[in-house]
Amino acid sequence: MTTYQEFIQQNEDRDGVRFSWNLWPSSRLEATRLVVPVSCLFTPLKERPDLPPVQYEPVLCSRANCKAQVDFRAKIWACNFCFQRNPFPPSYAGISEVNQPAELMPQFSTIEYIVQRGPTAPLIFLYVVDTCLEEEDLQALKESLQMSLSLLPPNALVGLITFGRMVQVHELSCEGIAKSYVFRGTKDLNSKQIQEMLGLTKPTAQGQPGRPAAPQDAASTCRFLQPVHRVDMNLTDLLGELQRDPWPVPQGKRPLRSTGVALSVAVGLLEGTFPNTGARVMLFIGGPPTQGPGMVVGDELKTPIRSWHDIQKDNARHLKKATKYYEALANRSAVNGHSIDIYACALDQTGLLEMKCLSNLTGGHIVMGDSFNTSLFKQTFQRVFSKDLNGDFRMAFGGVLEVKTSRELKVSGAIGPCVSLNAKGSCVSENEMGIGGTTQWKVCGLNPSTTLGLYFEVVNQHNAPIPQGGRGAIQFVTQYQHSNTQRRIRVTTIARNWADAQSQIQLIESSFDQEAAAVLMARLGVFRAESEEGPDVLRWLDRQLIRLCQKFGQFNKDDPTSFRLSESLSLYPQFMFHLRRSPFLQVFNNSPDESSYYRHHFVRQDLTQSLIMIQPILYSYSFYGPPEPVLLDSGSILPDKILLMDTFFQLVIYHGETIAQWRKAGYQDMAEYENFKQLLQAPLDDAQEILQTRFPMPRYVDTEHGGSQARFLLSKVNPSQTHNNLYAWGQETGAPILTDDVSLQVFMDHLKKLAVSTFF
Amino acid sequence: MANSSKKSILHDIGPLREKTSYGQVRGPQPGYPGPYSGPQNYGGPAQAPGPAAQKRLDPDAIPSPIQVIEDDKAKSTEPFTTGVRGQAPPLVTTTFSVRDQGNASPRFVRCTAYNMPCTADMAKQSQVPLAAVIKPLAILPPDETPPYVVDHGEPGPIRCNRCKAYMCPYMQFIEGGRRFQCGFCSCVTEVPPHYFQHLDHTGKRVDCYDRPELSLGSYEFLATVDYCKNNKLPQPPAFIFLIDVSYNAVKSGMVNIVCQELKTLLDYLPRENPEADSVVRVGFVTYNKVLHFYNVKGSLAQPQMLVVSDVSDMFVPLLDGFLVNVNESRQVIESLLDQIPDMFADTRETETVFGPVIQAGLEALKAADCAGKLFIFHTSLPIAEAPGKLKNREDKKLVGTDKEKSLFQPQGSFYNTLAKDCVAQGCCVDLFLFPNQYVDMTTLGVVPVSTGGSVYKYTYFQAATDQERFLNDLRRDVEKPMGFDAVMRVRTSTGIRATDFFGSFFMSNTTDVELAGLDCDKAITVEFKHDDKLSEDTGALMQCAVLYTSCSGQRRLRVHNMAVNCCSQLADLYRNCETDTIINYFSKFAFRGVLNHPTKTVRDTLVNQCAQILACYRKNCASPSSAGQLILPECMKLLPVYLNCVLKSDVLLPAADVSLDDRAYLRQFISSMDVTETHVFFYPQLLPLTNLDSSSLPVAIRASEERLSKGGVYILETGLHLFLWVGASVQQELLQNLFGTPSFSQIDASMTSLPVLDNPFSKRLREIISNFRAQRPRYMKLMVVKQEDHSELIFRHFLVEDKSASGGASYVDFLCHMHKEIRQLLS
Repeated sequence: MTTYQEFIQQNEDRDGVRFSWNLWPSSRLEATRLVVPVSCLFTPLKERPDLPPVQYEPVLCSRANCKAQVDFRAKIWACNFCFQRNPFPPSYAGISEVNQPAELMPQFSTIEYIVQRGPTAPLIFLYVVDTCLEEEDLQALKESLQMSLSLLPPNALVGLITFGRMVQVHELSCEGIAKSYVFRGTKDLNSKQIQEMLGLTKPTAQGQPGRPAAPQDAASTCRFLQPVHRVDMNLTDLLGELQRDPWPVPQGKRPLRSTGVALSVAVGLLEGTFPNTGARVMLFIGGPPTQGPGMVVGDELKTPIRSWHDIQKDNARHLKKATKYYEALANRSAVNGHSIDIYACALDQTGLLEMKCLSNLTGGHIVMGDSFNTSLFKQTFQRVFSKDLNGDFRMAFGGVLEVKTSRELKVSGAIGPCVSLNAKGSCVSENEMGIGGTTQWKVCGLNPSTTLGLYFEVVNQHNAPIPQGGRGAIQFVTQYQHSNTQRRIRVTTIARNWADAQSQIQLIESSFDQEAAAVLMARLGVFRAESEEGPDVLRWLDRQLIRLCQKFGQFNKDDPTSFRLSESLSLYPQFMFHLRRSPFLQVFNNSPDESSYYRHHFVRQDLTQSLIMIQPILYSYSFYGPPEPVLLDSGSILPDKILLMDTFFQLVIYHGETIAQWRKAGYQDMAEYENFKQLLQAPLDDAQEILQTRFPMPRYVDTEHGGSQARFLLSKVNPSQTHNNLYAWGQETGAPILTDDVSLQVFMDHLKKLAVSTFF
Repeated sequence: MANSSKKSILHDIGPLREKTSYGQVRGPQPGYPGPYSGPQNYGGPAQAPGPAAQKRLDPDAIPSPIQVIEDDKAKSTEPFTTGVRGQAPPLVTTTFSVRDQGNASPRFVRCTAYNMPCTADMAKQSQVPLAAVIKPLAILPPDETPPYVVDHGEPGPIRCNRCKAYMCPYMQFIEGGRRFQCGFCSCVTEVPPHYFQHLDHTGKRVDCYDRPELSLGSYEFLATVDYCKNNKLPQPPAFIFLIDVSYNAVKSGMVNIVCQELKTLLDYLPRENPEADSVVRVGFVTYNKVLHFYNVKGSLAQPQMLVVSDVSDMFVPLLDGFLVNVNESRQVIESLLDQIPDMFADTRETETVFGPVIQAGLEALKAADCAGKLFIFHTSLPIAEAPGKLKNREDKKLVGTDKEKSLFQPQGSFYNTLAKDCVAQGCCVDLFLFPNQYVDMTTLGVVPVSTGGSVYKYTYFQAATDQERFLNDLRRDVEKPMGFDAVMRVRTSTGIRATDFFGSFFMSNTTDVELAGLDCDKAITVEFKHDDKLSEDTGALMQCAVLYTSCSGQRRLRVHNMAVNCCSQLADLYRNCETDTIINYFSKFAFRGVLNHPTKTVRDTLVNQCAQILACYRKNCASPSSAGQLILPECMKLLPVYLNCVLKSDVLLPAADVSLDDRAYLRQFISSMDVTETHVFFYPQLLPLTNLDSSSLPVAIRASEERLSKGGVYILETGLHLFLWVGASVQQELLQNLFGTPSFSQIDASMTSLPVLDNPFSKRLREIISNFRAQRPRYMKLMVVKQEDHSELIFRHFLVEDKSASGGASYVDFLCHMHKEIRQLLS
């Protein structure tokens, strides 16, 4: 008998699925009483080097509205989801107990099919480059872009749009004179106008209304999107000659940056030429949009860009309009399966708050940095083009995720970088959580770590018990364009046992996956935070936590000290404590852009990374032993320790007071203190390891006791010692934090009190 | 000037009085009952006056333009000095030199009358138009000094306090030189200390002859910041070349020719100092349905093309690199000009835009904050969807009807508004048209005409035959001296006022003539009206001041002063008129009239006014004689023949084969012509080429078919056209000398230049032709006309003393008709 830990791990490794509950309560009523919904984190494209894709078409259930691919029995099989009996197709004539197709083997609960139908389209990369940059920044960006060309597969199509005051679409096929089409940065054009102005619509083709202009003759579409191998030199030259926006910027003004129109042109271009084909629009910006549609801030430097303060006071005059504009663009882009990346490098805000939907809805990346001339940007950008063992990009396009459930379950919604496809079906729950009301979601850009949170509702009525040994089944069907241009379908089918919550509550409790649950609840919280006031969200989270504790805690009424939680729930309150303090829910000290950036990554990373984001990891290095993980607590900050904190976004190396003094004195350079040198080196090496793999590359901070950058650490740790609980002063245990935030201890005490209270 | 001869030919001329030659015209004229019964029939198809009538009136007996021209040439041997007020200069056909002694040279200003009537009544009675044709930036012959530039320093030019007239020889210094009295408005103004100078015993300033503004008729002031737009010294101007690259443009070879030519032409951009490089910046645009701007920044390895397809809302896509200095970007520009023909060699785009093209140039100049000139090379009616889109409205049925005037009015108001914007920015537009069909010249010409630009038209352009003409026109147009962002103001002495202006310009009020560009060929005709009495003592003064930016970016004021006499006797007026200038005025007046009136009304008005002028003379000045006798004033004896030419012109009386575009083109073209050009345009120069030995030109003959001899070769020149007429029985030797072939039938009539043959006759003729071409603002394509060839029809059109195919009267007939009109007025 394996433990739940092992079971969960195995499931995650094989199917990329982590459920909040691994035994499902068998009735709707009981399910709602469990507080945390039946839900899962699903990583559709989890890397499975051991999983060979099969080369044939999946067998579908013949009932048209079901189409589930399922398990087989004899020559007739019954659909697990709609119970339709289906005969096997002729190609399966030879199956027997010993000769089974892969679908029928238990280890293939996840299987990937390669679809041979349809033409394969090359990958498309459309660079949209801001030229209102400092010379140094532009130079660095140009180098990065040129570098990226060498990473693209030769047949990939590339395009280039540059913008400043004007928007230029560069034609890449031409010899001699470099041609570009110019758009005014202040004029909102619809897709048709853009395509007409780019000469993409043939007057003769307009005769067939209704039919979207299919990729017509190659000559006209390809002028702007050309195979890399053909225009490599051209494009390199073009990038080389790229100048800063030549329009003068008067004193006291921001450069005029037409980001909105540039994106609209990019979306319109792809829409007209390659609809429903995998494409990435890569937007590089060095500042906020300052003119035209999508403008975030005016060009007067004396009016600063909106802050949370302004937004709360409803004082951000461009916010709503710009957001609406970018949302419309994002939706258009999503419909066509094109994803939009934003690489924003500037010291001030660049309008990510308004533009975040571009990436959030289309599965694009957001990368935020101080300058294009930093390793943070350069390496992150390079990592976008990282390849797997087969030499294919770790990215997929135009994904459609469909969820099928057996009849006791319905799907409530999804949270992740996706948009609803509005596919109504029998398994759509009326109770929406996240993006609901559908069984299909479009995920335009996918990579192996893209993880969606999916929420379900048990709909089985209390008075219709499920027979003993009954299993609920969920099937995830992910259709996507692989980076080698193949169309593929990955099918993951999972089943879980039903349990009667009244008689088997202990079993259900032990099947609780508190890590997954924490992340899934956090996603719900973050999803709410996008539309609700911060305090409301916190209150909601608190209430959920208290209710969970009441349900599963063991306590005597009104006796907080008697409160106990079982092992499977023990860490959960702590996660919630840190979540409450995280930048995903707290906007204090973060700009609107930063908040958007953090949230963007939170709702798409897998469980491990998400947990790091909620509760950063802290390692301690000392002479007294090997590096060890320590509590994220101010008590861990000791003078003779070096700390390494990983918050996902930052990697902080903190030298304790004594260590810092030694380092300043230069002991590490003396031969006799070789071990000190090694101690200093150890966290650096570990940090390096993380830096190598993390996407986006974290901000790397090397600081020490009393250093200004130490704030990164101090703001994260549990303030167990503050200036308020003075008794700790002068003791050798940790460092006090100057904060009024409550510590974990206070939080827990409070929680216990409320949980045992009869009145709550 | 031989004033002494005036008395002897006073009133009228000998031959007309001779009963023997003129008798039949007098009396009831039984020969002309039908056709000339009323003016309304006059313009109709020539109902042959009948051979009998023609016999009765000897063409040699009526005033001959050739005779008048030759007489004037013989008379004008001395240089013409401008010091004497009211003196009429030699005719425009006469070669003479000028000494500026206080009035503007006739090369700058010519008047209809050098002795103006003192009162409005007199003027009205005589009907003689009081006008001046001013060509402010005219080029002077090499032996005459161009106007001096005067710098009055920081405070700017000295001006009258009240009427703001500029310092000129008519300012009277008083009170020992401390003040001066304005000759125009009589207001007294303090002389600023830095300008003070003592007076001599005659009341003249001691430094009078050291200062051009006190002793000369024409000079320039250096303008100060106050005279500049936005109180900012101007930037050097820019030239933008906008080339149509649609299918027709490429196919006709135009694109290729323009691009090739521009490469050399860029070295000849206008400059003031021939040693230095021109500071004029250049930019390039090509277009069909969309516009292509080019970045030709010197630092680039290759030019860059920026396509703007949003023609509905034009803008300039780039600033830096569009307008460049030729020397800094030469390589990139040459590379661009080499590549443009290739890039569009396979184009299939036939639609073009036009409005956005002008807007593009205008926006570019706005962005660069400078004045400049657009050179647009265009082929077709702009029917692509864009502002300023035009529809084909050619309707020959309207010709001759009351609705004809609508054809001369532009479609919509788009181009008028655009022209206004262009003028405000100092954006002059020159249009080179290469149409194969109707292009709505009227509308396309609105902006060029309003901005002081020119229109050049090459119908059915073919590289082989029209290249030479086009290239010469283009070269001249690029190189010629011009001013930018100009404003002209004409001030007059109390009693008269400039009331009307004709030419290529824009006026937003009644006094300021705004010219986005003003080149050396453009003349403006100004009409004056009395608003009070003039005095014979002071005469009438006028001062024309043109504020402009020179091609080097200097802001200047060019001032031309003109003083004429005033008279209380009509006879004095008639004695000091200049018919050529009157014809210039009449033609411009009439050609503007067709915008608002039916052409027939316009023709009648002209005939009527002319008759009144002559009748008034007859009534008040001529010595009494028989009523049937036609008596013409000496100065105006050619008025009938020239006026007939105006009436017969394609604009007022088109032949069936004259297109609307041609008429509109001529109408616009003539509006900015000076007196020399209108003279030769209306009465072409026809030279017999029999004896070319002498260094001077052969004496011209009258433009009539009967003057041509079968055995002769003739050259005819109008300023726009150049014909070589070859008689059917020319001697073989002459043909051999001219064409290198002895046979008449072997002459290739399609040649546009004569073969280069090594004989004196051929050399001399080619020299004459090239001289003609050099004299005229437009290059004339040579057309060889063989007698009795079908092309002779075109040639005959220019034999203006004959009846025209369109129904225009012959000289003789018209004179008779005029006589009748006069008699009607007198009775």
